[in-house]
Amino acid sequence: MNSGDSGFIRKGKQAEEDSSFQKHAPAVINMIVIVLIWMGLTEGGIVPGYMLPSPVAVVKAFVTDFPTLMYHSSVSLLEAALGLLIGIALAIVMAILMDRFRTCYRALYPVMVITQTIPTVAIAPILVLWMGFGMAPKITLVVISTFFPIAVGLLDGFAEADKDAIDLLRSMGATRKQIFLQIKFPSALGQFFSGLKISASYSVVGAVVAEWLGGFKGLGVYMTRVRKAYSFDKMFAVIILIVIISLLLIALVNLLRRAVMPWEHIREHEK
Amino acid sequence: MDTVLSAEHITRSYGSRTIISDINVHLDRHEIVCLLGVSGVGKTTLFHILSGLNMPDEGKVVLNGREITGQPGKISYMLQKDLMLPYKRIIDNVSLPLQIRGMKKKQAEEKAAPYFEQFGLAGTEDQYPAQLSGGMRQRAALLRTYLSSEGVALLDEPFSALDTITKSAIHEWYLDLMQKIELSTLFITHDIDEAIILSDRIYILCGKPGRITDEIVIAEKRPRRKDFSLTGEFLEYKKKIISDLGPGSFGI
Repeated sequence: MNSGDSGFIRKGKQAEEDSSFQKHAPAVINMIVIVLIWMGLTEGGIVPGYMLPSPVAVVKAFVTDFPTLMYHSSVSLLEAALGLLIGIALAIVMAILMDRFRTCYRALYPVMVITQTIPTVAIAPILVLWMGFGMAPKITLVVISTFFPIAVGLLDGFAEADKDAIDLLRSMGATRKQIFLQIKFPSALGQFFSGLKISASYSVVGAVVAEWLGGFKGLGVYMTRVRKAYSFDKMFAVIILIVIISLLLIALVNLLRRAVMPWEHIREHEK
Repeated sequence: MDTVLSAEHITRSYGSRTIISDINVHLDRHEIVCLLGVSGVGKTTLFHILSGLNMPDEGKVVLNGREITGQPGKISYMLQKDLMLPYKRIIDNVSLPLQIRGMKKKQAEEKAAPYFEQFGLAGTEDQYPAQLSGGMRQRAALLRTYLSSEGVALLDEPFSALDTITKSAIHEWYLDLMQKIELSTLFITHDIDEAIILSDRIYILCGKPGRITDEIVIAEKRPRRKDFSLTGEFLEYKKKIISDLGPGSFGI
């Protein structure tokens, strides 16, 4: 490689770092500004502490209640994870059936949409009534709120599979199952992960909402308790914790996507 | 020479429109035969029928003396796009037809691997299609077609997506390859020069509905002279084909 080439590459890398900085800087600066305003309002005494706790109080609450928060998080995360796993399985089975059988699509699709229009806050107490105060109603609610984005993503992905690629496989004498495994499923992977990203963030919120409305442990229960005690510093601490957990889950899905779909990160004509 | 593939009296309509009518073509062993015609004349329709993807309204397809009308999986078919699956490494793409036929993945890869050198693809085994140039992807698609064939291949505009320089290089490579491997090829093109350079025989498909209006035998034996495309004979063939296709056939 001559010096001109390496110079070009260095320039390219520089540009990449620049763009990554340029990409994230506005969001970071924005967040810092919001926290500063929040701090000014509360520490400056413009808004009383019982209405809006200061960021300092929130951090203090987070630190003092850390063990409790971790205990409740583990419960909520377990519910979210189990619900999400069942949701994924359900979505895959439904999408495959609906793609394969037109009648299945016609029968299931409206029901699927209806499940998404029911407010979770309304259905959660009913699930508690049916299934008790344990984990079952929470997991069920997570399943209901997570399977839909994945199922819809998969269905779109299956439908968008390249017709010519399917013809190619048919001309090789492929069976329907082989066409599904070699063309349709891999073609739908991108859509699957896009759906999973949404579902992963729904899963935690779903578990928390279900815990709100009946239960003995979990972040939702913790939230209800601190709300009743008017401990808004703790309330804010748990909200921030839920945000962090959701973001981490989304990052996890992105990592998984990278590992499962390595071809997405290959630059054109890289040799 | 014995005939490996023949299409007899093929007719196909879509709705009330007849696309191709009473087509008779045949392909002998080791022959390269071209189907030449303007866009929309029904070349791909005929190939879909020959490959077994579609049924003809009338007529039959015979491979090595056995009727295979409407039975896919008997003749290998390279569709117009290279159709390298972006999510499979080149080795997996190329060995896919072997896997479809029930061979284990590892076994299929082992069978495909020795051909990479010959097809100018050495070193690309573990790469993804996005990492290859257009010409290389085309050669990979050809290797896949070759591995899925039992000696007979249909190629639908195999080189049309390539630029002129890549195209003439790949023509040379293709003719050279055909001297080494056992393959009888029927291919589609709308490029007159390409048809004359590559083919032993040319069928002219013309009209609405499309019919075979002429059959031209290229007397120049393979391997051909390097400057064949600059000779008077070449121009004579070209003149003949242009007059066959008629002034209205160029979409003007």
